[in-house]
Amino acid sequence: MTDKEKIKQLEEIARKLRQHIIEMTCQAASGHPGGSLSAADIITVLYFYKLRHNPLDPAWPERDRFVMSKGHAAPVLYAALAEAGYFPIRYLKTLRQIGSSLQGHVDMLSLPGIEMSTGSLGQGLSAANGMAMAARLDKKNLRIFCLLGDGECQEGQVWEAAMSASHRKLDNLTAIIDRNQYQIDGRIEDIKELEPLRDKWKAFGWEVLSCNGHDMQSLIDALEKAEKIKGKPTMIIADTVKGKGVSFMEERPLDYHGKAPTLEEQEKAIAEICRREGSKS
Amino acid sequence: MSEKKFEASRDAYGKVLVELGKENPNIVVLDADLAVSTKTALFAKAFPERFFDMGVAEQDMIGTAAGLAACGKIVFASTFAIFGSGRAWDQVRQSVAYTRLNVKIVVTHGGITTGEDGASHQANEDIAIMRALPNMTVIVPADAIETSKVIKEAAKFYGPIYIRLSRAKTLVIHENENYEFKIGKGIVMRQGSDATIIACGIMVATALEAAEILAHEKINVRVVNLHTIKPLDKELIIACARETGAIITAEEHSIIGGLGGAVAETLIENYPVPMARIGVKDMFGESGKPEDLLVKYGLMASDIVQAVKAALARKK
Repeated sequence: MTDKEKIKQLEEIARKLRQHIIEMTCQAASGHPGGSLSAADIITVLYFYKLRHNPLDPAWPERDRFVMSKGHAAPVLYAALAEAGYFPIRYLKTLRQIGSSLQGHVDMLSLPGIEMSTGSLGQGLSAANGMAMAARLDKKNLRIFCLLGDGECQEGQVWEAAMSASHRKLDNLTAIIDRNQYQIDGRIEDIKELEPLRDKWKAFGWEVLSCNGHDMQSLIDALEKAEKIKGKPTMIIADTVKGKGVSFMEERPLDYHGKAPTLEEQEKAIAEICRREGSKS
Repeated sequence: MSEKKFEASRDAYGKVLVELGKENPNIVVLDADLAVSTKTALFAKAFPERFFDMGVAEQDMIGTAAGLAACGKIVFASTFAIFGSGRAWDQVRQSVAYTRLNVKIVVTHGGITTGEDGASHQANEDIAIMRALPNMTVIVPADAIETSKVIKEAAKFYGPIYIRLSRAKTLVIHENENYEFKIGKGIVMRQGSDATIIACGIMVATALEAAEILAHEKINVRVVNLHTIKPLDKELIIACARETGAIITAEEHSIIGGLGGAVAETLIENYPVPMARIGVKDMFGESGKPEDLLVKYGLMASDIVQAVKAALARKK
C-alpha cells in the first residue's frame, strides 16, 4: 500500500469513528461527543497505524499500552476498539446502558482492551509512567501512549507525573495532548490559561512536538519522531478542534462537551461527516 | 511472655519487605519521600532497581503503583497513613480500588500515637474512608509480629489492601509467628463470658490489660483481635454478642466509621446488644508524647474498663 493509500484508509476509519461517536451518544442520550470528535484522528492513527496490539488477544504481554487519561472521551475509544475487532460494532449502541461494558468513562475490568480505568481527570499519566517503568524492569521493548485533554492539564497530578517521567527518563513513553482549547465552563484561556503550554512541558524535562491533530501525516510524523527521542519522554501537542467534523458542534463546542446530539442533530451530523469525506476524495 | 518486648510495626515491615524481595523478583516498592520513616529504605538499599522514591507526590505515587500493577508487578506503596489515605484517596479509589489492581498500600504513623507531629499528621479517619471503598481490604495488625505475618499474606493475596502500621514502639503481644493468621478472621486472644472487647492495632494490648484489671473484679471479658476491618468477621462478632451479651470496641481511630462503626453496623442488623466504642471522639489531636495523648484522648485500659462497666450496666 502506498503512503497515500494508507492515509486515505485512515481517513476513512476516522470517518467511521466519528459516525459511531454521534450514533452512540445520540442513542445513549448522554456522553461527551465534543472531546471524542476532537480526538478521533489521534485515536485512529494510534489504533490503526501505530500501536502493536492484537484484538484477538487483548492481554498479549508484548502489546503496546494506551492510557486514555481523558476518560470522558470513552466513545471514540470504544468506536476504535469495535472497528479493530475487540467486540462487535453493534455492541456500541449499549453505551452507558445499565449492564453494558461500555461505561460512561472507560473501565478496564469491564472491557478487554482498556488498559486503565479513568474518568477522574489527571490520573492517567501516572499510570502510564508506571507501565513504562514496568516495561523497563522487564526489559520489554514496548511503548506506552497516553492521551490527555488540555483542560486536564489544570490538574496538579499531571505535573507530578510530568516530573516523574522526565526524572526517570521514560523514553518509552509518548504522551499526546488533545489541544482543543475548550473545557466545560468555557475557553481554556478564559478559565485558567495553560499557555505557554509547550514551554511548560519543556521546562518539566520533556521533548515537545507539535502537530495538526486532524492531519494523519502530521500525526504519523510526530509519533515516529517521538519514538526516536532518547533519554526523555515526549509530549505531542496535537492542535485540534472540539467537535471536529460536525460544523454545528465546531461552532458551539461548549454546547456539546457533555451533551449528546438529538435524533435530528444526529441525522444532520452523519450527513455532514459522510459528505465531508466524500468531497475530499 | 516472660519479659515485655516493644517494637514498632513499621520496623517489622521494613525487615519483612527485604525478605519478600529476595523471594520474589516481581515485588516493587514505592515511597513518597518518607522511606526512612516508613522503613522502605531497607528495601531500597537491598534492591535499588526495584525501589522508586516518587518524591513528595502521593497522588502520583498511587497512580504509578497502579500502572506497575497493571503490568503484573506486586506493588507495595508506602507513606504516612494521613497521606496514603487522605491526600491520595481519589487516586486510591479510581486507580487502585475500582481497577482491583494488586497494590498494597502500607502506611505507617496511623493514629494519635504519631505524637509530636500533631493533628496534621495523625490519621484518625483513615480506616473509615478506606473501608468505604469497594474491593479494598483493610488491616490493622496488633503488633510487630503480626505485621510480619500480614505483610507476607498481603504479598500472596491478589488485590488492593490498605495496611495501617504505627510509628511508636508498642507492646508485642504475640510470642512468635506460630499462630494462625487469616485475612478476615479475627483472633480470640482471651476467653471470657461477661462481655467482649473487640480491638485492633495497638489497642489489642490495651484491651488485654483492661481484661486483666476487670478479672480482679471478677468480670470476665473476652478479647478479640479484629485485625481485619474489611472484610469483617461478622460470624465472630455475632457469636461474641450472643455468647457474652455486650460488646466494647477499642481502636486508635475516630469513633466514627472505623472498627466501632463496622462492628455497630453488624450488631444492629444481626444481634443488637449493649455496646460502647472507645476511640478518638470526633476531634482533631494535637502535639504531644504518644503516651500522654493516649491518656488525654481516652485510649487507656482504664477507659476501656469504664466502658465495659457501662455496657454491662445496660445488659438485661
